[in-house]
Amino acid sequence: MIATVAAVVRRDLLLAARQRADVANTLLFFVVVVTLVPLGVGNEPNLLRSVAPGVVWVAALLAAILSLNRLFAADFADGTLEQMLLAAEPLPLIVLGKIAAHWLVTGVPVTVVSAVLGVMFDLGAGPTLVLMASLAVGTPILSLLGAVGAALTLGLRGGGVLISLLVLPLYVPVLILGAGAVEATAAGLGGAAHLLLLAGLALFAVVLTPWAVAAALRISVE
Amino acid sequence: MQTKALPAAGASNWWKYAAPNTFYPLAGRMIPWFAAAAAVLCALGLYVGFFVAPTDATQGEAYRIIFIHVPAAWMSMFIYLVMAFWAGVGLAFNTRLSAMMALALAPTGAIMTFIALWTGALWGRPTWGTYWVWDARLTSELILLFLYLGFMALQAAIEDPRRADRAGAVLALVGVVNIPIIYFSVQWWNTLHQGASVSLTKAPTMATTMLTGMLLMALGFWMYSIAASLARVRSIILERERRTEWVRSLA
Repeated sequence: MIATVAAVVRRDLLLAARQRADVANTLLFFVVVVTLVPLGVGNEPNLLRSVAPGVVWVAALLAAILSLNRLFAADFADGTLEQMLLAAEPLPLIVLGKIAAHWLVTGVPVTVVSAVLGVMFDLGAGPTLVLMASLAVGTPILSLLGAVGAALTLGLRGGGVLISLLVLPLYVPVLILGAGAVEATAAGLGGAAHLLLLAGLALFAVVLTPWAVAAALRISVE
Repeated sequence: MQTKALPAAGASNWWKYAAPNTFYPLAGRMIPWFAAAAAVLCALGLYVGFFVAPTDATQGEAYRIIFIHVPAAWMSMFIYLVMAFWAGVGLAFNTRLSAMMALALAPTGAIMTFIALWTGALWGRPTWGTYWVWDARLTSELILLFLYLGFMALQAAIEDPRRADRAGAVLALVGVVNIPIIYFSVQWWNTLHQGASVSLTKAPTMATTMLTGMLLMALGFWMYSIAASLARVRSIILERERRTEWVRSLA
C-alpha cells in the first residue's frame, strides 16, 4: 500500500523535476500577487501588518487553484490516467500519491517563501512562524479539495475558470482558520486553537477526499 | 419498455413514478395544485403580514420585509439539502429522474438565496443603516449562492448529460459535507473580528400574527418551489428523452 503511494509520489516528483518552470511559475505567481497588495493599499506599516495574513493566504489559495490544472491534465492527455484507473491497486491510494506530490511541489514552496513575506510585511518572528505553520497544515487541504475540482472538470472547455468557481467557496474555512491563527497570535490570544482545527480539517480531508476524487475521475474518464 | 407490474398487496406501485415517462404526466397533473396553493398561501400570508400584523415596536414598518426574507432564507438552505439528496440517490441507484430533479431544483434554490440576500440588504438599510455587513449569516448565505452557481456552472459546462449528472452529484455531496464547516468557521471568524456591531438576533417574543404570517408565507414558498421545480423537471425530461417514442407521440 505504502509502496504504491511512494511510487506515484516519486513518479510525479520526477516529472515535476523535469519541468521546473511549472513549479517555479506557481511560486512566482504567489510572490507577485502578495507584492501587488502594498502597491494597491499603500505602504502604511500598521495597515500592512494587519492585512498580511489574509493577503498571504488569499494568494496561497489562488496559487493552489492555478496549479490544479496540472494535477491530472497531462496524465489524462497521454493515457496514463486510464492505466491508473485500470490498475489493480486501489484508485484512492494512487490519487492520494498524486495529491501528496502536488502538495510537495506547490504547498511546501509556498510555505517556505512565506517566511520572507512575513519579514517584508514586518509581522514579527512569532506571527511569521505561526503563518508558516498554518500554511504547512492548511495547504494539504487546498491540494486535497482542489483535486476534487480538478477531477470533475477534467477535459472540459474553460476548465481553469470553472475550477475556481467550484473550489474557492469550499476553501473558505481554510482561509478563515489559517489567517485567523496569525491574527490571533498577533493579538496575543495564541493561534493554537486555529491550528488544531486546521489540522483536524486536514485529517478529515485526507480520509474522505481521495474517495471523492476517485469517483470523480471515473465519471470524467469513462 | 416491458415492465412487469409487481403484485403489490392492494396498494399501487409508487416506484413506477421513478421512470421519466410516467412521472411526466404525474408532474403535469400536480403542478396546478401546488401553484394554486402557492398563490393562495402567499396572498393570505401577505395580507396577514401587511394588514393584520402589528407594527414592530423598534423597527417600525420596515420589519415587514421579514415575511419574504425569512421564508426565502429557509428555502435556500433546505433546497440545497434536497438537491444533494436527489443527486446522491441518482449517483447511488443510477436513476435518471433523481439527477434531473437535482438539476431542476438548483435554479429555484439559487433564486431563493438571491431573494434572501437582496431583501436582507433592503432590510438592513433602514434598520442598521447599511446595505451589507460582514455578518456570519449574510456571509455564509453568500457562499451558499456561490455553491449553487458552481453546481449550475459545472452542469452547464459538461455536454454529456450522464457525466454532467454524476459530476454534479459528486460536487453537491462534497458541498453538503462542507456547508456545516463553512457555517461554523464563518461564525467563528465573525466573533473573532468583532467587525459588525449590529446583531441579527431579534426581539425574543414575536406577536402571534407575525408568526402566522411568516408561516403562511413559508408554506407558500414551499408550494412555489415544488411547482417551479416540477415544471422545470418536465422540460428537462422532454429535452433529455426527446428521442424516445413516448415523447414523439406527445408532439
